[in-house]
Amino acid sequence: MRELLKKFAYVGTALVLVGVAVNSCQKQATKSGISADVAKQVYVPPGEYDEFYAFLSGGYNGQIDVVGLPSGRLLQIVPVFSVDPHNGYGFDEETKAMLMTSHGFIPWDDSHHPELSQTDGVPDGRWVFINANNTTRMARVDLRTFETVEILEIPLSGGNHASTFVTQNTEYVTAATRFAVPIPQKDIPIDVKNFQGTLTFIKVNNDPNYEGNDRMEIAFQILVPGYDYDLAHCGKGPSHGWCFFTSYNTEQASTLLEINASQKDKDYIAAVNWKVAEKCIADGKYKEVPVTYYHNYYDDKTHMAYSKVEKSVKVIDPKDCPGLIYFLPTPKSPHGVDVDPTGEYIVAGGKLATVLPIHSFSKMIKAIENKEFAGEDHGIPVLKYEAINYCEVPKPCLGPLHNEFDGRGYVYTSCFISSEVIKTDLKTCKVVDRIPTYYSVGHLMIPGGDSRKPWGKYVLPMNKITKDRFLPTGPELAHAAQLIDITGEKMRMLLDFPTMGEPHYAQALPADLIMDKVWKVYPLEENKHPYATLSEEDAKVVRKGNVVHVYMTAIRSHFVPDNIEGIRVGDTVYFHVTNLEQDWDIPHGFAIYGAHTSNILIMPGQTKTIQWIPKHPGVYPFYCTDFCSALHQEMQGYVRVSPRGAKTQLRWRGGGSDWKTG
Amino acid sequence: MRKLLLGIVVAFGIYACGGGNQSAGGGATEQTQETKQEAKAGSSGEIVIEDTLSWIGPEGVPVKSVELGPLNQELAKKGAELFKLKCTACHKIDQRYVGPALKGVTKRRNPAWIMNQILVPDYMIEHDPITHKLLEEYLAKMTFQNVTEEDARALLEYFRWIDEKGTEP
Repeated sequence: MRELLKKFAYVGTALVLVGVAVNSCQKQATKSGISADVAKQVYVPPGEYDEFYAFLSGGYNGQIDVVGLPSGRLLQIVPVFSVDPHNGYGFDEETKAMLMTSHGFIPWDDSHHPELSQTDGVPDGRWVFINANNTTRMARVDLRTFETVEILEIPLSGGNHASTFVTQNTEYVTAATRFAVPIPQKDIPIDVKNFQGTLTFIKVNNDPNYEGNDRMEIAFQILVPGYDYDLAHCGKGPSHGWCFFTSYNTEQASTLLEINASQKDKDYIAAVNWKVAEKCIADGKYKEVPVTYYHNYYDDKTHMAYSKVEKSVKVIDPKDCPGLIYFLPTPKSPHGVDVDPTGEYIVAGGKLATVLPIHSFSKMIKAIENKEFAGEDHGIPVLKYEAINYCEVPKPCLGPLHNEFDGRGYVYTSCFISSEVIKTDLKTCKVVDRIPTYYSVGHLMIPGGDSRKPWGKYVLPMNKITKDRFLPTGPELAHAAQLIDITGEKMRMLLDFPTMGEPHYAQALPADLIMDKVWKVYPLEENKHPYATLSEEDAKVVRKGNVVHVYMTAIRSHFVPDNIEGIRVGDTVYFHVTNLEQDWDIPHGFAIYGAHTSNILIMPGQTKTIQWIPKHPGVYPFYCTDFCSALHQEMQGYVRVSPRGAKTQLRWRGGGSDWKTG
Repeated sequence: MRKLLLGIVVAFGIYACGGGNQSAGGGATEQTQETKQEAKAGSSGEIVIEDTLSWIGPEGVPVKSVELGPLNQELAKKGAELFKLKCTACHKIDQRYVGPALKGVTKRRNPAWIMNQILVPDYMIEHDPITHKLLEEYLAKMTFQNVTEEDARALLEYFRWIDEKGTEP
């Protein structure tokens, strides 16, 4: 009967859509089912601020979008794992090192799960972490500058998906292998049964007085069976000290996983006691495995990124560390695993399951004490399902993926296949409300919704399919998010807005936790860039063989020098541009004809460097790319390039000076 | 002089209407209106900008008046360093550059005016008719260079030294 009703509901939706096509006047109201009075809930008047900062991952664009809520206005795009021609990230000489890996310079990645740093289980507005799924890395973005300041490569991993989830006080950030691989990598036949996975714990230096950006290091990796480790969340309150990782393909299929990895009724959540891991490390119960990986970080004073090449990692085999890890049987190819604000309920997204399984942390601890094991898997104890499960929410929806919490005892679940968000009472395990999303929701996010104290005002489903929601833009459409009011008994749809790339997850927190700490300039006095030019009279051009360094200044609205002669074909020229402004929101840009890189945007007080290799003799213009003043169009200059081997004198001028020579 | 005062009063009146919102979150529309009205007052050509040694600043400026003691060479030296780091990209002592030549500035302008010009240039452009007139002439906005009041005082001392002694401190 229930299924029948559902079918009717679908037919009803179809009829509504037909109605839309026929009567376009009713389009908006009918399609979204909203009333006009919601406008005032999302309208932020010009010049006023949003209540929340939201950080949406960019998926295959490798970035983070910063969005204001409730308006849905895009505030900034932070490049993390992808080069960005907008400001020169990854193109300029300073930040290239950020994208170095043991596989060389990687200009792109797939960023999935942002996570705000937490103190006492509550987002604190210091940093946002995010993972790179493809060439396994994780990053830290500083929320004073909204810049990527640290990237750590994760060795012994294939696909860093269950990342970046933090422990209650940001002691650790998680990483895990989505794709089982040979560990360590070697040339063997493709057979997943011979592969393994790792669960990685990255230690974070939380010292507020530490000024460096090399804050992260791999504390240890746990060797696990060759399954796909999908998502994670760490415990809080009573469950602080544990992290939980979902797994699928416990079938260990190597091909056609779509069918072959969906054979078993249950896969696992791996429950890891990281305090036990710490003890095993202290007791020397680990192996130091030689492996090369990169640790890159940006120095706020020299304005430059550095790479450290690490040579080994501590690996724990669970066999040597009893009590470290348990498997919780969980239906069926579970996706998300989410711990409620009290730390007691562990809710899985039973992707292919017909139920929503909710496990109990306290039951799990009892089951471990009472040794209620169903058996072992690769030497890891498997707990009895009945002994850990609190309840199964029956027939919640189709394709439940992720869960967030409102702090009032409800869990909100995204349902991909049936395109809806459902609201479930955690105690009674009953679905109390549901609302359609447009369409095929993946992740969803409540500000602070995976923390101990959610700001439970909105839920933001992020949808994979947009179809007819906005004006069409060809075969590719931007993904879309919807803002839903969750303060009442019934959820209320407020807003639709397009998102960039493919947001996989998001985080949000009240604006006042960040906005007063944001830097407005880089202080000139603290600029320790080795090629900084802090005064126009120090501007110069220096030749060292075929390499030419231009020490250049920029201020509204001129460069010094702005005329340079004596460059030759065959030279490599570095323009080190220092922005002498100390006024907020006055970047200068720099671009030069024929550069094979991008433009650079130099923030006030900052120095950035762009490489230029002129190919042909001639006189080439350069100019400021960021409209800076009424005389911005005048902010330009020339470089004369002579043929290879020419004797043209190296000289420069600017700022009203005569020609100078080196 | 009466007309100068009138101009300032008009500016204050408009300022009050705008709600006096200095924060970045202030209404954009109101600010635009304010600026337009100010431009009118500034471009009337009736303001005698030479007569500014007895300048009384608009209400919102941080420096109301400056107690000038005997010349302090140490302070002037500190000002000279700051001048090189933060000002020389736009100002020279002896010649017009992006902004006016600064030789003689302490003879032309009230010391509080000079410090406020350094500390709150945007506010001065909006609320001080003299500054507005200078913007019309130079077309480049004086920029805030992240200096403290103490720094601004050192810069003032540097300009005094130049004007009194005719040499670098």
